[in-house]
Amino acid sequence: MVKHIISTRDLERDAIDTLLDKAITISKKWPDNRPLQGKILGLLFFEPSTRTRMSFESAMLRLGGTCLNLGGPEVSSVSKGETLADTIRVVNGYVDALVLRHPRIGAAQMACEFSRVPVINGGDGSGQHPSQTLIDLFTIRESMPLDDIQVGMIGDLNYGRTTHSLAYALAKYEATIHTVTPDGLGFPRSVIDNLADMNLQIIQHQTIEEIVDELDVLYVTRIQRERFPDVASYLHVASGYRIFPELFDNVTKNLIILHPLPRLDEIDPGVDSLPYAKYFRQSDNGIPVRMAMLTDVLG
Amino acid sequence: MKGEKYRQGLVISTIKDGTVIDHITGGEALNVLRIIGITGTTQEMVSIATNVKSTVMGKKDVVKIGNRELSREQVDRIALIAPRATINIVRDYDVVEKKGVSVPDTIIGIVRCPNPCCITNAGEPIQTRFVMEPRGLVCSYCDWVLSCDITSHFL
Repeated sequence: MVKHIISTRDLERDAIDTLLDKAITISKKWPDNRPLQGKILGLLFFEPSTRTRMSFESAMLRLGGTCLNLGGPEVSSVSKGETLADTIRVVNGYVDALVLRHPRIGAAQMACEFSRVPVINGGDGSGQHPSQTLIDLFTIRESMPLDDIQVGMIGDLNYGRTTHSLAYALAKYEATIHTVTPDGLGFPRSVIDNLADMNLQIIQHQTIEEIVDELDVLYVTRIQRERFPDVASYLHVASGYRIFPELFDNVTKNLIILHPLPRLDEIDPGVDSLPYAKYFRQSDNGIPVRMAMLTDVLG
Repeated sequence: MKGEKYRQGLVISTIKDGTVIDHITGGEALNVLRIIGITGTTQEMVSIATNVKSTVMGKKDVVKIGNRELSREQVDRIALIAPRATINIVRDYDVVEKKGVSVPDTIIGIVRCPNPCCITNAGEPIQTRFVMEPRGLVCSYCDWVLSCDITSHFL
């Protein structure tokens, strides 16, 4: 049976734990037997990406495999109007697994219905980004157990696919999520309903100062400029959701600050040197986690 | 009133063979025809009565389709917009089978996803797929919840 990784909502907790355990083993000692030698990973990115694309490629190379890159949509038959479904069927003949990033929600779900090889969702519109979530969980687990933690999410939770995936995963660990968002950028109704079905508690706050002292994890996301009618209104809103070093002056807990990156202005550079800042460590963790995912679907 | 009954009788004539869909939610008869694939270009003889007085429902629609018996799947589709509908299969003027409708767990290729960002609205060769949940119809691709005005989203 072909194994796909599409949504953290569908991943059982045991499956997540197994992947994280595997990533820990890999992070301690890189596999030296090139377990995926001879395997080819297809990289189909229909949206810009730095971390996801490069770290999947790096992970595959470190496992002894190789990558085939679709390139930008403008250099493939997509520019001629080829459907994603046909692209998937064609690329199936060239690769052993594929990573798909696409601007449409549900693209990865559809892709796996047409694919004979494993599909990993590298981000589908404002839907989900499960590999980022596994990296987030891995980074949290480096500092604390995943069970019953208090997680603050600040920024754009409406369009931010990483927050949707992370929230679904955290629901399996009985976390509590505290949200601080501008008007209209809270979780979509469907995500709230799904999380309620999963018994995840979500508490909304007006400011991050209200809750920062209680948090184990602060997950910061980028407020996207394109969601606002003009730059002035963007700057007005975004300035209220910026993280400064002074915010953490009285923090006593073993807090960690995460961000899926890229960041714009939402984290002041002064935060980078605080012991709580783990977002570059989080980025580094992309390699062992994605190595674990690749060995899982291709092993 | 005798005259009232007589006039209704004229509106909803009997059929020899076919299907009578009764107790349709008032005003939904044309949508019922649409979701079972009966259009102006098909050959069936169809009688429609809308907003007929009903002691149970206040008002209801009735559709009679000559020389055609609906499949179980077609019957279930009707439940999406007329959950109280009853289906009577008629042969030689007699009702030979009477069945209610039930909403299917999964609705495939009937309803368009309202989310413009959903992959099902991108010209891909796939059918829409919704799962029936207490909160409404949930898109299997983008999780959009369609809880009202379903008829305006029929494909």
